[in-house]
Amino acid sequence: MVSLSGNLLFASFLLYLVGTVVFAGSIKDKKGREKDHGPNKWAKIGVGITIAGFLSQLGYFITRWIAAGHAPVSNLFEFTTFFGMCLVGAFIVIYFIYKLPALGLFTLPVALLLIGYAAMFPRDISPLVPSLQSNWLHIHVTTAALGQAILAISFVAGLIYLIKAIDHTKSSKESNWLEAVLFGVVCTVGFIVISSIFSFSGYKSEFHWVDNNDVEANVEFHLPALVGPHEGEHLTPEKFSPLVEAPGIIDAKKLNTVIWSLMTGVILYLLFRLIFRKRIAQVLQPLTKRANLDLVDEIGYRSVLIGFPVFTLGALIFAMIWAQIAWSRFWGWDPKEVWALITWLFYAAYLHLRLSKGWHGKKSAWLGVIGFLIIMFNLIVVNLVIAGLHSYAGS
Amino acid sequence: MKQVKCECGHVNPHGTVLCESCGRVLVEEEKKKKLVDMRYEGSARRSQTYNKTIIDKIWNFFSSVKVGVTLIIITLAASAIGTIFPQEMYIPTTEPASVYYESQYGVAGKLYYLLGFHNLYSSWWYLLLIASIGISLVICSLDRVVPLYRALKNQKVSRHEGFLKRQRLFGTSQVEELDSSYELVKEKLKKNRYNIREENGNILAEKGRFSRWGPYINHIGLIIFLAGGMLRFVPGMYVDELLWVREGETAVIPETDGEYYLENHQFILEVYDKDKDNEAFNNAIENSGMVAKNFQSDVTLYKKSAETVAGEEPILDKVQDYELRVNEPLKFENFALYQQSYKLDELNKMSFALTNKENNEEFGDLTIDLYNPQDEYDLGDGYKVEVMSYFPDFEFDENSEPVTKSRIPNNPAFIFKMITPDKPDGEVSFVAIKQTIEPFGDNEFKMAFKGVETKNVTALTVRKDLTLGVLAVGGFIFMVGVVQGAYWNHRRIWIRRVDGEVWVAGHTNKNWHGLKREISTIFDGTGINEPKDQSDESDKSIESNSKEE
Ligand code: HEM
Repeated sequence: MVSLSGNLLFASFLLYLVGTVVFAGSIKDKKGREKDHGPNKWAKIGVGITIAGFLSQLGYFITRWIAAGHAPVSNLFEFTTFFGMCLVGAFIVIYFIYKLPALGLFTLPVALLLIGYAAMFPRDISPLVPSLQSNWLHIHVTTAALGQAILAISFVAGLIYLIKAIDHTKSSKESNWLEAVLFGVVCTVGFIVISSIFSFSGYKSEFHWVDNNDVEANVEFHLPALVGPHEGEHLTPEKFSPLVEAPGIIDAKKLNTVIWSLMTGVILYLLFRLIFRKRIAQVLQPLTKRANLDLVDEIGYRSVLIGFPVFTLGALIFAMIWAQIAWSRFWGWDPKEVWALITWLFYAAYLHLRLSKGWHGKKSAWLGVIGFLIIMFNLIVVNLVIAGLHSYAGS
Repeated sequence: MKQVKCECGHVNPHGTVLCESCGRVLVEEEKKKKLVDMRYEGSARRSQTYNKTIIDKIWNFFSSVKVGVTLIIITLAASAIGTIFPQEMYIPTTEPASVYYESQYGVAGKLYYLLGFHNLYSSWWYLLLIASIGISLVICSLDRVVPLYRALKNQKVSRHEGFLKRQRLFGTSQVEELDSSYELVKEKLKKNRYNIREENGNILAEKGRFSRWGPYINHIGLIIFLAGGMLRFVPGMYVDELLWVREGETAVIPETDGEYYLENHQFILEVYDKDKDNEAFNNAIENSGMVAKNFQSDVTLYKKSAETVAGEEPILDKVQDYELRVNEPLKFENFALYQQSYKLDELNKMSFALTNKENNEEFGDLTIDLYNPQDEYDLGDGYKVEVMSYFPDFEFDENSEPVTKSRIPNNPAFIFKMITPDKPDGEVSFVAIKQTIEPFGDNEFKMAFKGVETKNVTALTVRKDLTLGVLAVGGFIFMVGVVQGAYWNHRRIWIRRVDGEVWVAGHTNKNWHGLKREISTIFDGTGINEPKDQSDESDKSIESNSKEE
């Protein structure tokens, strides 16, 4: 069951990959281009493949649920893949409302990155600690992820809008910021690439160190340690020895991973520039040429409108109900809770700003992008760096 | 108060921009615009009309969405800062906050502490921010909902030409078979679930008006929720206590006026077992070592009997036995008990033997209950041990005097006086774990350590929260309101005959794409042209051309 589940996830990954290519084809396709007469053949195939991928991932989810005896949303790997699945699900629904192939072309890669990113974390099926043994866990986490995924569609729409609407040939504040966002995406690719390379080669080095609170521990690095733990003792001296030592309050292993991801990201980015001699956004721009800006703007707004109630229900209301049962208080100002509140306040601000003149189009697209950054911050930084009750024991 | 009478005869409140009844543009300035501002139907909002007294000014300040959004953004930013370092309630209790932040996080930590961010969410200025959002919500909703309600209630079917012309969706047609076209359109409108009103051959088709109340309903829900949050500060509404109970002990439950008692039979800690539990977990268990599976206290709840005589031992009536686990609190009346924490193997009893140091001859054993030591233990035959001092949680203070840190026997120490027939005045000995001091020189006797008895202790949160009901109601109303406003929209289509032409205008408060698609199916094949989108392509503010202050 466990291996079947893994295979289904892998199959869905491949299908999303193929789907992306087919959506790209639908935009390049010069034939069936009678304007405004619905999506062409390629787009229809693309959606078909996406749905197949979604079903395959649903199969992964169900089989893993059966194997574990609980819904697979209880560690970083499981939650992030589930988030990716919800994103694809949200895309499929919104696609059938607005029939915009470019949305698929940009959503599927985001889902691919999420699943790829998730796969870099321990994939073991983990047993549930007492506080997680509740049906409210499933209800809360799944609705919250679904809400975030629907909200994330406004990020995709925002990206399409900005890629199309901004002039990338000149360096301006907006074009630079957009390129920075895309560089962030490249660094995520960098993280996946470099982690995969070293994990295939089975690289391991080990350190003994004493943390700020005088607790002794051994840590295992799976990337060559450019940065080593504070006053760490290298137990595998045949492996690469650290160039510098991290201060005591910083987790050297995570810092090291961040540095490797950034370096790989920079290399990939430079390679890209070398090959295309243009900014990423500029290379992507032709792919957005058939997207109507007003429609893209409306998709962004609409997805926030649809996602906001779902997010409120899942990430705040259900969360409070569960916290009241598990921890005896519905709200405890734990970092994860606070960041859910921040996300919620942010999208509330988005909705109110839409009431005012001028907060449509580009500005609104930027808000969609920022909202997604907040969601990702909550997923990645809060889980891995700002420890709290919700922190997944990731690495 | 000056009222504005429209040419159509309707009397509008002072400040009205578009006549509530016929929609005629009443303000000169507005007439110059290509499209009218439809956000609040051009109704007379207090905040847009009065600005004289101090009350007007406060009202106008809080009714502005710009101010509301600014408050939300400030709260958001402040909340984020509060997560940089852990809040005071999450830091270990071993060090006071004033020391902890600096020792852990250096200068940044010190600054964080000095600025009060370590206790951000209960700071006065954070609460003030939330309160301002609440005030803003109330005022801005009142400012809009009443005029909006009036305008929607008073709207007439036949709208003024100037009003129709300035709608975002607008078109005119010459129609040959007018009657059959009308019938067809009406039929299609009905099929799309529009309510149709007719007057002199003009039509107003409308649906989803109730969605306009969504925001106001959700704001009411929020207000109720915030009010519920404030209720916590009313005495008696909220209880948060921690109750430690050792195995075998019966303790009175705090805050129940001595009415309820709880007996802890045993505390159970289970971990996942590779051989017994789901095989799928094996890898994870191997990688992370021990994984907790269950924290459980087997308890009995008692209620004090009415027959209890004041001043005497209470008589207890059993209420129920319960296996109290995480996620499965024990509820009674308005209280709930939660499995919160535990301590395994806490020292409970210690035994010693009075022993001659020379030949190790023993003169009797004594067992000391660490929670309730006796003053003296008579061993018979003239052998006796007095407990001169007892330090349950012993340490030396700065003057090297023995003191106790708490009443929990984490590190018990005693000063014994050993009285024997040989030494009738007694010998004094200081005995702590792995440590014996004989303050007055060499003793003949010693207290030889024999063993300890330990017990598990469970910690339960005692909770009463009478605000939950109010919060639930607020949350529910909020959800109803957001769903209403987000998943439905208010669409209107006006059809009017003007000088042998048919004029059609359409408006929706959101989701123009949906309205346009619907309109295109409605007018398709009816002989009436589909209205066109007049919003300026170069001006990307497509949603509406309104200006929100
Ligand atoms: C955290 C606090 C708040 C939340 C969650 C919230 C939520 C909402 C939502 C979901 C809508 C509907 C938006 C839409 O359908 O496009 C809305 C509308 C609105 N809100 Fe709020 N709101 C909050 C605070 C405020 C504040 C402080 C103000 C006052 C300045 C305000 C003024 C408005 C107005 C004027 C509308 C539009 C009403 C209409 O279109 O008829 N809101 N709010």
